[in-house]
Amino acid sequence: MLLSRQLMVTEQQKIQHLMRRSGFGDSIKNLVSQSFETNFSTVFTSNSKFEEIYLPDEERVTTGELLKMTPEERKEILDDLAANIKKLNLEWLKIMGSAQGQLREKMAFFWHGHFAVRVRGFAQVESYINTVRKYALSNFGDLLMAVSKEPAMLRFLNNVQNKKNSPNENFAREVMELFTLGRGNYTENDVKEAARAFTGWGIDEDDTFLLKENQHDYGSKTIFGKTGNWGGEDVIKMILARKETAVFVVRKIYKFFVNENVDENQVKQLADKFFNENYNITNLMKSIFESDWFYEPKNISCNIKSPVELLVGLNKTFGISYENPQALLAVQRVLGQMLFFPPNVAGWAGGRNWIDNSTLVTRMNLPKRLAEAADFDVTVKDDMNDESPGGARKAANKNALNCSFNWELFCKRFESIDDADLWKTMCNYLLSPINLPLEPENLKYQKFDVKSTKIKTYALYIVRLPEYQLT
Amino acid sequence: MNRRRFIKYSGLTSTAALVPGFIQALVAPFNQLAFQGKRLVIVQLSGGNDGLNALVPFRDDNYYKLRPKLGIKADALLKITQEAGFHPALLGFKQLFDKGYLSIYNSVGYPNPDRSHFRSMDIWHTGSNADEYFNTGWIGRMLDANCPGSEKPYYAIEADDTLSLAMKGADKSGFAVRDPEKLRNALRDPIYSDIQKSNTHLETQSQLGFLYKTLAETASSADYIYSKSKIYQSSKSYPQHEIGKSLKEIAELINSGIESKVFYTSMSGFDTHVRQLETQNRLFGIVGNALETFVEDLIASNNFNDTVIMVFSEFGRRVKQNASGGTDHGTANNVYIINGALKKQGMCNPVSDLTKLEDGDLIHQLDFRQIYATLIEKGIGFDHTKTLMRKFELLDFI
Repeated sequence: MLLSRQLMVTEQQKIQHLMRRSGFGDSIKNLVSQSFETNFSTVFTSNSKFEEIYLPDEERVTTGELLKMTPEERKEILDDLAANIKKLNLEWLKIMGSAQGQLREKMAFFWHGHFAVRVRGFAQVESYINTVRKYALSNFGDLLMAVSKEPAMLRFLNNVQNKKNSPNENFAREVMELFTLGRGNYTENDVKEAARAFTGWGIDEDDTFLLKENQHDYGSKTIFGKTGNWGGEDVIKMILARKETAVFVVRKIYKFFVNENVDENQVKQLADKFFNENYNITNLMKSIFESDWFYEPKNISCNIKSPVELLVGLNKTFGISYENPQALLAVQRVLGQMLFFPPNVAGWAGGRNWIDNSTLVTRMNLPKRLAEAADFDVTVKDDMNDESPGGARKAANKNALNCSFNWELFCKRFESIDDADLWKTMCNYLLSPINLPLEPENLKYQKFDVKSTKIKTYALYIVRLPEYQLT
Repeated sequence: MNRRRFIKYSGLTSTAALVPGFIQALVAPFNQLAFQGKRLVIVQLSGGNDGLNALVPFRDDNYYKLRPKLGIKADALLKITQEAGFHPALLGFKQLFDKGYLSIYNSVGYPNPDRSHFRSMDIWHTGSNADEYFNTGWIGRMLDANCPGSEKPYYAIEADDTLSLAMKGADKSGFAVRDPEKLRNALRDPIYSDIQKSNTHLETQSQLGFLYKTLAETASSADYIYSKSKIYQSSKSYPQHEIGKSLKEIAELINSGIESKVFYTSMSGFDTHVRQLETQNRLFGIVGNALETFVEDLIASNNFNDTVIMVFSEFGRRVKQNASGGTDHGTANNVYIINGALKKQGMCNPVSDLTKLEDGDLIHQLDFRQIYATLIEKGIGFDHTKTLMRKFELLDFI
């Protein structure tokens, strides 16, 4: 029984599944079909080099400088900073679509949702995302420690305001509830005492992490039943020493990379290994991607793509280049996921939460509008970006999707395919569905002068199907 | 004219007719009514409206002391009590007040207020505490909790292209439609009718089944809303502004007898860090006029007693004016309730106390979720605890 189910998944489907989950899907440039083994090893060998995302020409303002400004000065500069954060967003989106090290970007994308911060300082967001990308594949302990000390995190969860005489519990609570242990695995008293341990965590004038000793509470604290003169780093180590952290993080990774319906047995096995191997993220991902169960039909095309996965996937598949990438910000907003602007510290809810009548129709119409380089004619709501949400309901026609598809390269892949097999072949490539959608009659009998027109028409049809919304 | 006759009469092709039969079967028939009570219209003023200059506590010296430039002089106000008067541009609200159609709650907010737009709006939309994070909205959860058998996203309509978090539930969500005709036409793209041929996925348990079901509901709802939007044409003249257009659309749908029970619309531009006087002057004129016209429209079709309007903003503004002719982000704020059969009219609680401030901001005297709870329980007629996840003391405005 099991054997016959596994036989249903072809080598090509396995490769595509791996590419979609470990990255953002197959690239248009990847014309030579390679073996599964080659693809698998590329996933893990292509990430060794880490390059910072850096916008060379943009002004950087430290937190200290921002605080010293008058409200007028700050208002003026915050608009510039917001614009720079959006540039950074587009830059990362581009990197996601082009980077060799796809697993690093995909993993960083996951961690961005996990360690969700939303601040107004451009330099701080830039530093935060580079830290996330740098440690994305290292080990979870290092990542957690580094992100906790990022100016963006220190500000967003108020550790900079956490002082001996007036402790602020925000970071202490969220680090346990959302980043590591999960609800039910700590007490209110643990939060209170941990907050004391994090007192004095702050930043110096250059936005570097600093323990302000005069604001730190050096008294004794009892956390998870252990009493001592704990500091913030001790708390993080104590959290990591608990198996619940491994289980919590692995379950979230499983939902994102494997299936929202969790197999608790598989999670337990992975978590045991993750914990015993000092939270090594690369090893964890290898265990997932080399398991047999990862390629079972029930785990293929079972999750709803996030808006960023949808966009980057389209860009990669069709080799889309944008003259006006700004419009992609509006697309992200309308679809409910804008990089660096998560809804709150809990990140994006994902799954069916992505879908309502408006987003579904927008998703289905998007490839067509892109291919036509049409206006993105959906009115964007106020972005609630602090300080500058003022009446900027952008009229849709300002968001022209000026872009071009690399049709020449795309069509090459299918030119030699016989007409009778075209629908099936293209569906298998673009969807990797377990059940093939039927070829619509009007496409089947439509006459095309040239093959490339037929290929284009089919492609734009297939990527608009509900099936394409799945990964 | 009922819907079927209308479609036949006008020779329209129903979009729903293009949806495959098996999917249509998933969409419950139109005559299953889950809601019985009043309908709600939520008007969101985005950006943090300055409530203290909307309804001025003119007896309070602190007001003029803290707002030497921005304070509005007592004799310019449209006074409604011995101590409070509306901004001169809010004539619409004054007239609603005079007719007994307006209830005012002062200093509405929540404990540990957040001064960030997006976070505070998040809290108002989800109805969470300040230290909780919900990914569903209060109206969405109301649909989840109370309409298990019915699949009618148009029960809650937002007059916009996209849906607000308030309208999103875990299983059910409201329906975004800014222009019924445009939406219906968008769904006439042949791909939506072709989809019936790739119909191998029936179980709505799977994500694919869920997507197909959402699509089918979208098509049938778009069709239904479009047909309704053609029945009643308002002859009233609304302000030439987005909020005027939205309220007109909502009035036409209500007066056409649409089954929808919640309507949502928003107006932006209230983040008045600078040039507050001229900005408020302009926006208040528009929103006051739009709501007054909306009420006239509802009265004309005898729908005002069954429609409760709530006007809110994500926070009020700092009591002290800033140095650039505006005010910065604050905390508690007024909430306005408009209805034709109010049980409690006018000022429903004391005006904000400017002598007791916390970090220069108002201290909330009423939790916003008490208003939600009242709207849910006494307005629509559902148990509010299922939606708001806790019990709140109900108010007596309806």
